[in-house]
Amino acid sequence: MKTLIALIPALPMISFLILVLFSGKLSRKVAGWIGAGSIGIAAVLTVIVSVDLISALPEIKSYQITLWQWMSVGNLSADISFRLDSLSLVFCFVITFVGFLIHSYSIGFMDKDEGIIRFFAYMNLFVSSMLILVLADNILLVYLGWEGVGLCSYLLIGFWYKEPENGTAARKAFIITRIGDTAMIIGIFILFLSFGTFNIQDIMHLASAKWVAGSSIATITAVLLLGGALGKSAQVPLQTWLPDAMAGPSPVSALIHAATMVTAGVYLIARTNVLFSLAPIVQGFIAGIGALTLLIAGFSALTQHDLKRILAYSTISQIGYMFLALGVGAYSAAIFHFMIHAFFKALLFLAAGVVILVLNEEHDIFKMGGLRKKMPAVFWTFLIGSASLSALPLVTAGFYSKDAILWFALSSTSGGVVLWIAGIVGAFLTALYSFRMIFIAFFGEAKTQPSFQAGYLMTIPLVVLAVFSLFGGFIELPASLGNFHLFSNLINQSLPVVGIKNVEHLEWLFQLISSLIALSGIYLAYLFYYKKPVFIDSFNHSKIHHFFEIGFGFDKVYDILIVRPVVWLAEIDKKDFIDQINISISNMALIGNEVLSIAQNGKLRWYLLTFAFGIAVILTYMMTK
Amino acid sequence: MLSVPVETQILFAGILFFLGMIGLLVRRNLVFMLMSIEIMFNSAGLVFIIAARHWNQPDGQVMFIFILSVTAVEVAIGLALILQVYHHFKTLDVDAIHKLKDE
Repeated sequence: MKTLIALIPALPMISFLILVLFSGKLSRKVAGWIGAGSIGIAAVLTVIVSVDLISALPEIKSYQITLWQWMSVGNLSADISFRLDSLSLVFCFVITFVGFLIHSYSIGFMDKDEGIIRFFAYMNLFVSSMLILVLADNILLVYLGWEGVGLCSYLLIGFWYKEPENGTAARKAFIITRIGDTAMIIGIFILFLSFGTFNIQDIMHLASAKWVAGSSIATITAVLLLGGALGKSAQVPLQTWLPDAMAGPSPVSALIHAATMVTAGVYLIARTNVLFSLAPIVQGFIAGIGALTLLIAGFSALTQHDLKRILAYSTISQIGYMFLALGVGAYSAAIFHFMIHAFFKALLFLAAGVVILVLNEEHDIFKMGGLRKKMPAVFWTFLIGSASLSALPLVTAGFYSKDAILWFALSSTSGGVVLWIAGIVGAFLTALYSFRMIFIAFFGEAKTQPSFQAGYLMTIPLVVLAVFSLFGGFIELPASLGNFHLFSNLINQSLPVVGIKNVEHLEWLFQLISSLIALSGIYLAYLFYYKKPVFIDSFNHSKIHHFFEIGFGFDKVYDILIVRPVVWLAEIDKKDFIDQINISISNMALIGNEVLSIAQNGKLRWYLLTFAFGIAVILTYMMTK
Repeated sequence: MLSVPVETQILFAGILFFLGMIGLLVRRNLVFMLMSIEIMFNSAGLVFIIAARHWNQPDGQVMFIFILSVTAVEVAIGLALILQVYHHFKTLDVDAIHKLKDE
């Protein structure tokens, strides 16, 4: 059974190698089936291993397997070893299962694209890296997966590399996440210096034994690891890369920039939760950042015109919820929302991909309209996704996951009213912008005609994900509604349980408030964007609308504070002293070349004359000697 | 027998060589250039004869016969090439024939 764990990340890697090495010999169809099939088998293996582990719980909490020694220098050693516990299990399940659906969708979506083999190769490499990230036993291997997914994200954002803007977006994503990664690797070095091991479990035990809660070294390390998580998960202040990352194909946005990679930060914080509990200031800071991010991204999503950019901001906002939950110590709620979010956000991105594809690359929702009758399958699945995103009470999975976060934001021992209000305002915004998309793009009169209908390969994954977006929430029901805790019982096997203030009897009241907030958001979206659009006309032309639309001006501030000074310095540095010396050497070579090439003029008599002149000189010299 | 000093003989050969070279430099017609080369060859052959006479050795004369035969071959090939050049370019001007040079 243990060897199967190693096969889960190995299969996509093997498929990647096949696709890369035989890319010239494979037909496009075969490449697609290899790419999707390897993920499918990995998903089946995950299910087998899950059943085995869950039935062994709670006596055996994790499976561990060491494949080989990776490196060993002095007292530094790291193994290629995997560890599967309930946290890794949930991530593995989402990565392989949602990944498989997205891969099968891609066979249809990328059918006409000439780079389909390259596409599946990158996607498989991504899935493999992501699985290594979540299965890794030591933090260095986590970092390997971490960088692997960053690389694949870069390659896939710039997949259509012939457009220069896509290349720019890819570089932006790579550089900004690199800022966080640098902080993270420094944090890893500190951990190694302090404890002399990379093994995560050992580090956690040693940290809780040796470090005092609130000590400066614990705080610094937690901040550095948090830096990595913020960059990867696109949280304030490193969130600016994600909206631009939508330059990649839609399946990429669905898999990497919504369902899996951007939640790597959530995984990292959950995995190293002991460190964060030793640094309560940082943990409070995480909750604050989550609340701030979900508000900023929510307002920005409300004003976007590009369908995929709305979804991108929505992703940032939802990950903000997860950070909020992590910050108040509600780990199981964060992981639960991660899983449900992966379902409905992948669904929304895939449906948006279909819409954009059949409308011939039309991204602007104001140029769509009336798609409800033109493509009913996409409309209904998109509606389910949006309902789940805006936490429509009782029927959708998003309600159960988001409600848990809102409840813990208030009731957790480290929670508070401010965090809850931020969450509630965010929930209102979420409902508003989700149904703004629905009413503008799918209702009203048609402005662009679909060029063809999407095939079954694309619609079946949508339907499967829609089913999960509706019913996935029933594995975890709050105390006031059924009191069923399958998911949190599973997660609490490997993560600490959240501490709650003595307010449990009031849970139903706050659930009612959040339900009403979500419903009112949906109603206002109906009113503003469908029934009476005149209400928001003045808002649409106001300065604050523009401010929201550019994402609160983070890009501009970074441009002025960082990009321009660096470019200015580089501009000055271009003409420094050392460069002058190097340039003069090359100039001398150029001048010498010009002088000597005068002689090489191809005229026979010129050669003869110089030849005779040379002989005359030699003879004269010999005679006069 | 009238004896001419060997220096004068060498000087004569040198003048002959120089004339041939001048011809090679100033002429643009390939036929005349070939003729100039012949003159230079012969001046070189003349030096061998002078040397043979001077030291009373037959080697120089043998060498001259070699040169003569090589020259004959060279003229045959040269003329054939000139004929081909004329067929191809309809001119014998060397400055007009520079197809090997990349412009």
